[in-house]
Amino acid sequence: MDIFNDFSIGLFALQLVILIVLLILLAKFAWKPILNSLEERESGIESALSEAENARKEMQNLQADNAKLIKEAREERDAMMKEARAIQDKMIADAKEDAKEVTASLIAKAQASIQQEKQAALAEIKKNVAELSIGIAESVIKKELSNKKDQLDLVEGILKDVTLN
Amino acid sequence: MYNLIGAGLIVIGGGIGLGQIGGKAMEGIARQPEAAGKIQTAMIIIGALLEGLAFGALLLGK
Amino acid sequence: MKIAQKSIKFLALALLVLISATSFASSTDKKHDTQNDGGRVNSKEEISDYIKHHLADSHDFTLFSYSNDAGERKHFGFSLPVILWSSKGLVAFMSSEFHHNDDGHVLVDRKGLKFAKIHSKIFELDANASTVSFDETHHATNAHKVLDFSITKSVVGILIAGFLIFFGFTKLAKQYKTRDIPKGFGRVLEPLVLYVRDEIAKPNIGEKKYRKFMPYLLTVFFFIWILNLMGLTPLGFNVTGQIAVTVCLALITLVVYITNGSKDFWAHTLWMPGVPKLLRPILAVLELAGFLLIKPFSLLVRLFANITAGHSVVMGIAALMILLKSQFGTVGATGISFFLTLFLTVIELLVAFLQAFIFTMLSALFIGMAVEEHEHH
Repeated sequence: MDIFNDFSIGLFALQLVILIVLLILLAKFAWKPILNSLEERESGIESALSEAENARKEMQNLQADNAKLIKEAREERDAMMKEARAIQDKMIADAKEDAKEVTASLIAKAQASIQQEKQAALAEIKKNVAELSIGIAESVIKKELSNKKDQLDLVEGILKDVTLN
Repeated sequence: MYNLIGAGLIVIGGGIGLGQIGGKAMEGIARQPEAAGKIQTAMIIIGALLEGLAFGALLLGK
Repeated sequence: MKIAQKSIKFLALALLVLISATSFASSTDKKHDTQNDGGRVNSKEEISDYIKHHLADSHDFTLFSYSNDAGERKHFGFSLPVILWSSKGLVAFMSSEFHHNDDGHVLVDRKGLKFAKIHSKIFELDANASTVSFDETHHATNAHKVLDFSITKSVVGILIAGFLIFFGFTKLAKQYKTRDIPKGFGRVLEPLVLYVRDEIAKPNIGEKKYRKFMPYLLTVFFFIWILNLMGLTPLGFNVTGQIAVTVCLALITLVVYITNGSKDFWAHTLWMPGVPKLLRPILAVLELAGFLLIKPFSLLVRLFANITAGHSVVMGIAALMILLKSQFGTVGATGISFFLTLFLTVIELLVAFLQAFIFTMLSALFIGMAVEEHEHH
């Protein structure tokens, strides 16, 4: 048992004292602050990661909201456009209708006045014809009285005309 | 002289033991490569225990 | 790199102070050395003695030795204080007074007592003896060991390692006050701390209770690792290969897990549930022996034996340079020994880390066993 012969109590005692002093000093001045700051850093990293995750989720939510808003706005715009178009169409149609009505009434009026004029013109013509015939008759009558032959010619002429008509 | 024979016997025993540990650990790692780290740690611990035993015997026989 | 530079500067300064304080002791051996060729290491026996001498603790800090032209053995290094608790109380002197003698021929007189150094151990001579006399197995017959509290080479090693660890990690701790991520050398140290925490403490002790034991595990891990690595430097420390050092480390682990044992742990150890009552006392004895003796013993023996074996193998392989000289010539022997030693030193680097890891790991495992609270079934 050579190894127990080699065992030195003095070295053992000195080592014990040095090691315990070293342990206490290191625990106080090195290990405690090192382990604390390592843990702090780790928890810091962890919280930063979870925060980033949260931010990402929030961002996603926001983006979803945005998309929704845009969609809604687009729909609204489409609806408005549609409405406007409808109104426009209606207005055009209305205008067309009005115009048709107006023209129709104008045409009717014009036709009526044309008719009236025509009547008036016909009446005048009739009157003129009558006067003319009366004039002719008058002149014929006047001539007949002066010349029997001429009278006959005239009547003959008139008759010719009549048959021709 | 006799203690040399004893030392030889201890080394043979320890060698067989270490071989068993190493071989089985290899098999384990081959079967489950994802558990390699754990198997290695356990292997080193058991190897160390065996080594302690062998060294203890060597020193006691010295 | 600032921290590393600073600590290196500090270390150099500390060494300088030590050297100057202990008065550069480049002294000469007396002629009555065991080796009459001036302490050269040539034969097998001398190599074996040299390795033994290295593995043992030393009272001097010898950096290297050489023989001058006159055949005198010169030692380059510095002496360390010797502090003894003798039969007449405390005695202190410098180790240079032994003149590097290690076989008990140089005697130091203090308080009327004579002290001799035999194989790195200091003996107090009996009252009427004037020289040390040996029996045939080279044991001193008229002298006895004294309590030796000297600042030996190992103690110097422990102190240097302690200073290195302390300065390195307090610097790292200070860095955290100003920035989140350390820079320079702290960036190397931080992952190591995290490694001990996440790979050793947490899985073995459990998320809830690991915090309390972190200071101990970290201190032990870095202490052992730095000392193992210092053992690989040419300074020639062999601190973790001293049985007293490993006993001390294992004893502290024992105290830590015994004092923190949970109620469940003691219940399971002393009165195992679910086992026939007759068997329980036997099991209790076995379990107690396991926790109080076998586990610490395996811890201390493993570290001691690994480092001792590593040192002796590396030194033995290095000595091939001398032994193979006749067969392979100087160049061949040196080449063989160089490459083998290089290879072994690389393995020793791995072992240095592995042993620190295993010691810490097993300490954590035992602590974890002791503090565990079982879910009652």
